[in-house]
Amino acid sequence: MPRIDPATAEGARAALTTMWTIRRFEEALEDLYSRGLLHGTNHLSIGQEAVAVGVCGALEDGDLITSTHRGHGHCIAHGADPMRMMAELLGRVDGYCRGRGGSMHIADVAAGNLGANGIVAGSMTIAVGAALSMRMQQRDAVVVCFFGDGAANEGSFHEALNLAGVWRLPVLFLCENNQYGMSMSQNASTAGGSVAARGAAYGIEGRRIDGNDLDAVHAAAAEAVAGVRAGGGPALLEAVTYRYRGHSKSDRNLYRTLDEIESWRSERDPVDRFEAAAVASERLTVDDVDAVRAEARDLLRDAVQRAVRSPEPDVDDLDGAAYAGRSTAAVA
Amino acid sequence: MAEAMSTSRAINAAMRVAMASDPRVFLAGEDIGVYGGAFGVTDGLLGEFGAERVRDTPISEDAIVGMAVGAAITGLRPVIEMQFSDFVVNAMDPLVNQAAKLHFMYGGNVTVPMVLRLPGGGGTGAAEQHSQSLEAWFAHVPGLKVVAPSTPQDAHDLLLAAINDPDPVVLVEHKLLYKVEGPVEVRGSLAEVDPAFAGTVVRRRGRDLTVVSYSRGCAVALEAAERLAADGIEAEVLDLRSLRPMDLGPVIASVVATGRLLVTHEAPGPVGVGAEVVAGVVGSEAFDHLLVPPARVAGRDNPMPYAPGLERATIPQVEDVAAAARRLMAEDD
Repeated sequence: MPRIDPATAEGARAALTTMWTIRRFEEALEDLYSRGLLHGTNHLSIGQEAVAVGVCGALEDGDLITSTHRGHGHCIAHGADPMRMMAELLGRVDGYCRGRGGSMHIADVAAGNLGANGIVAGSMTIAVGAALSMRMQQRDAVVVCFFGDGAANEGSFHEALNLAGVWRLPVLFLCENNQYGMSMSQNASTAGGSVAARGAAYGIEGRRIDGNDLDAVHAAAAEAVAGVRAGGGPALLEAVTYRYRGHSKSDRNLYRTLDEIESWRSERDPVDRFEAAAVASERLTVDDVDAVRAEARDLLRDAVQRAVRSPEPDVDDLDGAAYAGRSTAAVA
Repeated sequence: MAEAMSTSRAINAAMRVAMASDPRVFLAGEDIGVYGGAFGVTDGLLGEFGAERVRDTPISEDAIVGMAVGAAITGLRPVIEMQFSDFVVNAMDPLVNQAAKLHFMYGGNVTVPMVLRLPGGGGTGAAEQHSQSLEAWFAHVPGLKVVAPSTPQDAHDLLLAAINDPDPVVLVEHKLLYKVEGPVEVRGSLAEVDPAFAGTVVRRRGRDLTVVSYSRGCAVALEAAERLAADGIEAEVLDLRSLRPMDLGPVIASVVATGRLLVTHEAPGPVGVGAEVVAGVVGSEAFDHLLVPPARVAGRDNPMPYAPGLERATIPQVEDVAAAARRLMAEDD
C-alpha cells in the first residue's frame, strides 16, 4: 500500500502537511541565508512540492529514491527529519552527512533515500544499479530516480534508460521538468521537445503529467510504480512544474519574465491548488488547512531552533573519513 | 599448493573464488560473458555462474560504473571490467564524483565496495587510445584506492583483497602481464586474504641503490638489476603494489641503506607516481642518507604512438633503467 492516499481525508492531510513542510523548509533557508547564517549555495524547490509529495507518497516502505541538486523536497517527502536536514545545511554534526555534504548531498539511507547529487544526471546510473541490486537480492523494492529536464540531455540519461531497458529493471525515472536548466529553457535545450517521448526509444513507456496537481501526480506515480513492481520493467514520467526562485543564489533572473513567474504562482501553485481541491471535495475543511499550515510553521521553527544548537563538526572528524576501511599505508 | 599460472588465469581464479564464497559478488563489463573478455580474463565464468552474475553490458562505460556504484551502496559487490583502461575516461563522473565521494559526502552512511579492473599499458601496438597508464589520475583522488600487481600471485591476492574492501578499488592490470606466468596459490575464499596485506615489498635485495616500481615496471627493473649485477652494481628492487594508500616505509628504509633512489614507471613522469615517491623519501629521515639526487625513469612525455620504434621509445626499457642506475652510481664517486 502506498504511504499516502490523498483520496482520503487522512491522506490529504498528510500530503498537505508534507507540501507545507517543504515550502516552509525552503523559506527558512532563504531567511537564514538573508541573515548571513547559511553559507554556500542552495537550490530551492518552491513551486515543485506536488512532484516530491505525490511521487514519494505513492511509494511503500523499503522503496528507494535517488535525488538531485534540488532535492530538499524529495528528501522531506521520503521521510527525512527537517531538523537533521537543516543541521546539514548549517554545517553541523547532527546533519545527515555530519556537515560534509550540505544542500546538494543529503542522503537518508535509513529511510531509503540513496542521496541527492550535485552532478546533473549523476544519480541516474546509480539508480539503475540500485534497481539491479534490489532484483538480484530478490527484494520487492522499486527505485525512483528523480532527475531534471536538464539531465535529459546528458549522456548518462540515455545510458541509464538503455541499461534499465535492456535489463528490465524496477526503476521509475521521474523527470521533474521545471522548464529551465539554470537559464536554458527546455524548449531551447531539448530536441523533440519532450522528455517523456524519449522513453519509447528504449522500450520504456513515457508519460507527461501535470506536476502541479498533487492528485494527478500521485495517481500517475502509483500506477507506474505498480507496473514496475509487477515486473513490467522501467517507466518514465515527466512531471511539468515550475520553480519560482532562481536556479541558485547567483541567479539574476535574466532569462524569464516576472509575468511568467507570477502567472505560475497565482494560477497554478501546487499548494493552493491542492488546498482548493481538497476543500472542494470535502477531504479537508478550511480549518484543517489552517491547522496544517500552522503545524508546518511550528515544525520548521522548532527544527531551525534545534539545528542551530547543534555543534560544528570537529576537523579531526575528517581524518580517514574518505574511506570506510583502512586509509593509510599497510605495513609490509 | 602453488601452481604455475598466468596472470590472467590468476585473476580469473580470484573472481571464481570470490563468486563462490560470496553471493554478493557479481561481474559486469563489455563482452565478459560468452566472449570471455577482450583479453580472455573472464573466460569460463559465464558457464559456471550464469548470466545473472556474469553480466554482459552495452558499450556504456558511464552506465556500467554508475550501475556498479548503485549496486555497491545497496549491498552488492560488483567487480567491473573496463575493456581497456582508456575507456574509463567515459566513466569519470561515476568513478570520481560518485564512487570516490559518496562514503565521505554522505557522512559515512554508505559504503561503496566495488572493484574496477583496468587493463592498461602499452607495448601491444594499440596506440594512443588503448595503451595508457592512467593510475596517477585515480591515485590523486581521495576516496579511491589503487593497486597495481606485478606478479600472478599478487594479481590474485590483490583482487581478492579489493573485493573484500569496503571502499572502491581500482585494479591496474598491465596487459603485457596477462600471459606472464608465475607460481600462484589459489585461495580458498575471500576471507583468506587480509585486505591490509598490500604493502610495498622488496623483490630483490641489493646494497647499492634502491629502484622502486610497480606493475610491469617491476619486471623491467628486475631485468635491469640483473644487468647491473653483471657490472658489480647491486640494485634493491621494491614493488609498491598499492599506489593509494602508498606504503613508503620500506622504500625509506631501503634508501637509508643504499643512499640512492631511482623510480621507474611506464606512465609519463610529470605529476606522477614517481614524483610522489621521491617527495615522500626526501621528506623523510632518508634525506640525510641520500648520496645523490633521486632520479625518475618514466614514460616519454607524449601519447603512446603506433609505430613499433616510437612505441618502444615511449615505454621505459631495461637499458634505460640500467643506464639511469649507472648514472646515479657515477655521480658521487
